[in-house]
Amino acid sequence: MPDPVLSIRELTVEFHTEDGIVHAVNDVNYDLFPGETLGIVGESGSGKSVSVMTMLGLIPQPPGKVVNGEAIYGDRDLLTLPKKDLREIRGGEIAMIFQDPMTSLNPVFTIGHQISEAIETHNPGIGDKKATARTIDLLELVGVPFAERRINQYPHEFSGGMRQRAMIAMSIANEPRILIADEPTTALDVTIQAQIVEVLRSAQKETDAATILITHDLGLIAELADRVVVMYAGRVVELAGVYEIFNHPRHPYTVGLMNSLARLDADLEWLDPIPGQPPSLISPPPGCAFHPRCLHSQGRAVCRSDVPALRPFGEGGNHLSACHFAEELAAQHVVGALVEEPT
Amino acid sequence: MSEHSAGRVPDPFTPVGAPAGALGGSELAHESGLEVKARSQWAYARIRFFRHKLAVASLVILIVAALVAVFAEQVAPYGFDEFDFEHVVSPPTTEGWHLFGTDQLGRDYLSRVIFGLRTSLWVALLVATVATVIGTVVGAVAGYYGGVVDNLLMRLVDLILVVPFLVVLLVLSQYLGHGKPLRVGIIVALLIWVGLARIVRGTFLSLREKEFVEAAKAAGAGDTRIMFRHMLPSTVGPIVVTMTLLIATAILLEAALSFLGFGVQPPTPALGKLIGEGAGEGFSSWWLVTFPGIVIVMLALAVNFIGDGLRDALDPQQRTRA
Amino acid sequence: MLTYVIRRLFYSTIVLLAASVLVFWGMSFVTSPIGFLRMQPGFSEQTIQNITERKHLDDPIYVRYGYWVKDMVTNKFGTETVSDLPIWPDLQRAMGHTLQLIVAAELLAILLAVGIGVYSALRQYSAFDYAATTFSFVGLAMPVFWLALMLQILFVNIYLWFDVRIFYVASLNSVDPGTGIHFVLDRAQHLALPIIVLAVANIATYSRFMRAAMLEVVNSDYVRTARAKGLPERRVTMSHAFRNALIPLVTLVALNFGGLLSGAVITETVFALDGMGTFFITRLNAGDPYPVMAFLMVSAVFVIVFNLIADLAYGWLDPRVRLE
Repeated sequence: MPDPVLSIRELTVEFHTEDGIVHAVNDVNYDLFPGETLGIVGESGSGKSVSVMTMLGLIPQPPGKVVNGEAIYGDRDLLTLPKKDLREIRGGEIAMIFQDPMTSLNPVFTIGHQISEAIETHNPGIGDKKATARTIDLLELVGVPFAERRINQYPHEFSGGMRQRAMIAMSIANEPRILIADEPTTALDVTIQAQIVEVLRSAQKETDAATILITHDLGLIAELADRVVVMYAGRVVELAGVYEIFNHPRHPYTVGLMNSLARLDADLEWLDPIPGQPPSLISPPPGCAFHPRCLHSQGRAVCRSDVPALRPFGEGGNHLSACHFAEELAAQHVVGALVEEPT
Repeated sequence: MSEHSAGRVPDPFTPVGAPAGALGGSELAHESGLEVKARSQWAYARIRFFRHKLAVASLVILIVAALVAVFAEQVAPYGFDEFDFEHVVSPPTTEGWHLFGTDQLGRDYLSRVIFGLRTSLWVALLVATVATVIGTVVGAVAGYYGGVVDNLLMRLVDLILVVPFLVVLLVLSQYLGHGKPLRVGIIVALLIWVGLARIVRGTFLSLREKEFVEAAKAAGAGDTRIMFRHMLPSTVGPIVVTMTLLIATAILLEAALSFLGFGVQPPTPALGKLIGEGAGEGFSSWWLVTFPGIVIVMLALAVNFIGDGLRDALDPQQRTRA
Repeated sequence: MLTYVIRRLFYSTIVLLAASVLVFWGMSFVTSPIGFLRMQPGFSEQTIQNITERKHLDDPIYVRYGYWVKDMVTNKFGTETVSDLPIWPDLQRAMGHTLQLIVAAELLAILLAVGIGVYSALRQYSAFDYAATTFSFVGLAMPVFWLALMLQILFVNIYLWFDVRIFYVASLNSVDPGTGIHFVLDRAQHLALPIIVLAVANIATYSRFMRAAMLEVVNSDYVRTARAKGLPERRVTMSHAFRNALIPLVTLVALNFGGLLSGAVITETVFALDGMGTFFITRLNAGDPYPVMAFLMVSAVFVIVFNLIADLAYGWLDPRVRLE
C-alpha cells in the first residue's frame, strides 16, 4: 500500500452561531491514496463539504473553529500552515470544483480571464500569451468548442454544462495532485451530468490526480469512485471499497441508503426511504447519532449511550464501520444494491 | 410487510421485541431532547423584534413622545402662545421651567416645541396612512395584473420621479395652498406613495407565480378577493417596514417644508417653522435652532430604529444590520 | 455596446419629451399666468391685455405648449411674463454655481462612502463598523437645513471666540476674492460647509448600501472560487468582490440625484448661495410660472442626463446587461 497523499486525522470543526454551537465535523479520519477516486457520501449537513473546505482554509474562522485534528499533506499539516503557504497550495497542488457553475464564476470577468488568472497566480511570470495559450488548450481538453473565441465570452454566455467544463478546466490548469469535486453534477440537467462525468474522467486521466468526489448521488459514486466514505451527522460511519459498500454495507445508515435506491432491475412497488429526519447538529442525539432512525438498533442501550468508534471488522481490515453491531450485519449477510463488479 | 422487497433477500429489519417508539416516535424523540414547541409566526416575529434593544428603546421613546403630543396641554409648562415680554430671548434655565429658553416674544420654548411635536407626529401619521393606502392599491394592481397595466403605472411612477421630490412638493404647496397640517399632509402623501408602490408591486409580482394564487383562481375567486384576501397578508411585512421608513421621511419633509415657509404656518406650531424663525434671530440664540432640531432627529432616529427592528423581525433573511 | 447606448439615448429623449408635457400641463393645472397677472398690484386692464396678447396667454393649452417648447429650444426659455427680462442668464449663472456644489458634494460622498462601506464590510462588527453604522443612522435622521444651521452657528461662534475664520457661513465669495488661486481658495472656503452638509446624508445612505452589497458579494460563490484558486486576499477583495459590489451602487447614485437637487435647494437657501435653489425659491414666491417651469425642465434634464450616465456606467461595469 503506497503512502497516502492526504491524511485527515481526528478532524473536528464547530460553528459558533446565534442558535448554539453546530458540531459540523466530529472526529473524522480518512486517507486519500495517489491516483484513486475517493467518494464521500452523505446527506446535506453531514459534514462532507465542511471537512474538505476546512482543510483548504476556505471556512472563515469565526464562526467556524477547528477544534482538533490534522490534515497531513506530504509532510505538512494543512491546518497549521501559514496562510501564504496554504494559498500557494490552493488552486495549485490541491484544486477544487464547486457545485453551481453559474454562481461559482464571476459574472463580470471573461471565462478566459478567470482561467488565465488561475494559471498566472501559480506560475508568476508566465506571461499573458503563454497563459492564454494554455487556457485555450485546457478548454479544448474539456470539450469546449471554438475555444479561441469563447475565452472572450462571459459566464452567462455559456450553457450550464459548458460552464462546469470551464470550471473543471480551471481546476486542472496547474496540474494538481489532488482534485476535489464538490457536487459537480448536482446543479446540472441529467443529460449533461453524464457528459460531465466523462469530462471528469478525462481530467483525472490527464493529470493523474487523486480525486475526492463529494456527492449525495450514489449513481455518481458507483461510476467514478474507487473507495467510499459514508458520513452522517459529521462523522464517518463507514469506509470501504465501492463494491463492498454497495454490495455488503455494514452500517445501518448505508444499508438504508442502498435500500432506498430506485432500481431498474427489480420490481418495487414502493420506495423505501430511511424513516425520520436528519439530526440537529447543535444538539445531536446522545450516543450513536443515527440511533433514532436505526432499524437495526432495536432500542439497545449501548446505541443510546456510547458513540460507536470507526473500526475495522472482518478480515482484511479494509472495511471500517462505526456501528456497535457491524458484526451482526455481517453475520446476517445483509446485502445492499448488488452492483456487479467488473471481472 | 416484506412483499415489496421481492427480488431481494428477506428484510432483516423487522423490529423484533423493540419498543413501539423505536422508529423515531415521540417517546424516543422526547428522550433525546428533540421535542420542539410550535409557535405562531407572529410570536416568532415578536421575539425577534424584542431582541433588538435599540428598537425596543426607540419604541418606548416613541410612545412617550406620542403621549406627550396627545396630552400637550397638560404636559407643557406654559401655553403655546403665552407672551412674556420680561423674558425675551433668554437662554435655557431651570427657573420658571424655561428648560428650552424663550423666544423673541418671551414664549416658553419647551412648550412651543411640545406643541410642534404634536403637529409633526400628526402630519407624519396622516401622510403614512394615506400614502400606504394609495401605494398598496397601485402596487397591488400593477404587480397582480402585470403586462400593460404594470408598464403604464411604472412609467407614470418613473415620470413622477424625474423632477426632484422636494421641488415638486414646493410647487404644489405654493399653488395648492398650505398652512394647515391637513393640506400639507395630503400634498406630501400625493407624492410619497411611490416608494411603497414599488415594493408592493415587487412582492405581488413574485407572489403571482405561487401555487396558492393559482389554486384560488381555480376555485373561482375574483381578482379583488385574491389580491386582498390571499396575497396581501404575505406582503404585510414589507409594507409595515416601508411604512415606518415613510413616517421618518414624512417627518423630515414636513420639517423642511415648514422651514422654507411652504409647510405648516402659524398659528399652528411646527418644528420646522420654529427652526426657521429661530434662525432669523441670529447666531447667539442657539437654543432656538438646536432644540426643535434635536427633537426632529430623535423622532426620525427612533422611527428608523423601529423600522430596522421590524425588518429583522418580519423578514429575517434580509439581515443588513450591524 | 453601441446599440445599448443608442437605445438608452432614444429612451432618454422620450422621457424628456414626456417630462416637458407633464411639467407644462401640471403647471397649467395648478396655476394660470393670467391669474398671476391679475394679482399684480397696479396693473391696468390694458396692460394685462397687452401682455396676454404678446405672450399668447389666452390661447388653447396645446398652442401655449407649442410656444413654450419653441421658446425653450430656440430662445433659451424666453422671458419672464411681466418684466420681459430673459430667463436664461440668471438661470445659467445659478446653474454653474449649483453644479460646483453638487458635483463636489457627490464626489466627496462617493469616495468616503465607498471607503467606509468596504471597510465596514471587511471588518464586520468591529468598533469602526458600529461607529459607521451609528453615523449613518444619525446622518439620515438629521434634517438638512438643521445641520446647515448648526454648522453655521458653530463656525460663527468659533470666529467670535477665536477670531479665526475657518469656513464661511454665507454666500459664494467674499467681497473681494481676488483672482486665480485666491479666488478658488476663497470659493472653496465658502463652499466647504455647504458641500459637507449636502454630502452627509448621501455618505450615510451610500455607505450602508456599499456595506450591504460588499457583504453579500464577499459571501458569494464566485468569491469562494477565487479564494479556492489561491488568489491573494487583496486581489479577491478588490478585483473580484469590489467590482461586483460597485454595480448596484451605481444605480443607487443615479436614482439619488433628484434628492441631491432637493438638498441643494435647502442648502443654498440657508447659506445664501446664488444657485439654482435660490433661483427657484425666489421665482416660486414671485408667482410667475414661466421661470419656475424653466427651472423644472433644467432639473429634469439634469436628472435624465445623470440617469443616462449611470445606465452607461452600469453597462460598462456589468457585461450581462450589455448584450441584451
